[in-house]
Amino acid sequence: MTDCRKLRLSLESTVDSIDAAELIVQRLAELNGFNEDQVHQIGMGVRETVANAVKHGNAFNLAKRVSFDAAVDEAAFEVTVTDQGAGFEPEDVADPCEGDNLLRASGRGLLMMKAFFDEVEVGRCAGTGTRVRLVKYCAKGAS
Amino acid sequence: MSLSTEVREYSGVTIVDMTGRITLGEESGHVRDTVRGLLDGGATKIVLNLAGVTYIDSSGLGELVSAYTTSRNQGCEIKLLNVQAKVQDLLQITKLHTVFHCLTDETEAVTSF
Repeated sequence: MTDCRKLRLSLESTVDSIDAAELIVQRLAELNGFNEDQVHQIGMGVRETVANAVKHGNAFNLAKRVSFDAAVDEAAFEVTVTDQGAGFEPEDVADPCEGDNLLRASGRGLLMMKAFFDEVEVGRCAGTGTRVRLVKYCAKGAS
Repeated sequence: MSLSTEVREYSGVTIVDMTGRITLGEESGHVRDTVRGLLDGGATKIVLNLAGVTYIDSSGLGELVSAYTTSRNQGCEIKLLNVQAKVQDLLQITKLHTVFHCLTDETEAVTSF
């Protein structure tokens, strides 16, 4: 874990926070040797996660925060995003690729997280809110 | 990078040249407002030229889907032109490639209606 990098942020429930989180993890990934495609995938997966927390979890409520933790080591890039919303059950999310759901305007965020990260865990916090943990295992510099 | 759009007409088809990102916030709103304006103006054939769009998030995709369904409900057809590789990947992941007619040649796009 010689090149481990860790980051903890408390983000406002705003669109600017989504952009900031994306830029920060992309930079973190770049600094730790991930290639361009991997940086893009990490940024996009994190963007979707923080966007869900800000939009659906905290409903843009400025009194609520989004906790953001990122850690990189030789084995993986790991991100945990926690909101203060009402929470949701992942199994209740309709498959956005199924039938009429294809023409829905929302509901693709979780699918995109799963497409870009190797592990996606969605859970309830002890109090209130949702915690999403993303892990991307990949050889740095690999295509 | 915010989203900019330029609208032009070519052989009865409305072409919207887009440059930038289509993401949650003002950019998605810009797409919505642009398409609504075109529909209000009577457009029936729209090509969204995404040559300058290298990044779309799930909200941006949702906005494109809304544009598609809203247009279809009003008798207008929307097609996509010059979808960039990373955006094309997203269309595959979300299976939206089965919804949108994507083309790579402007003349072909215009004559495809």
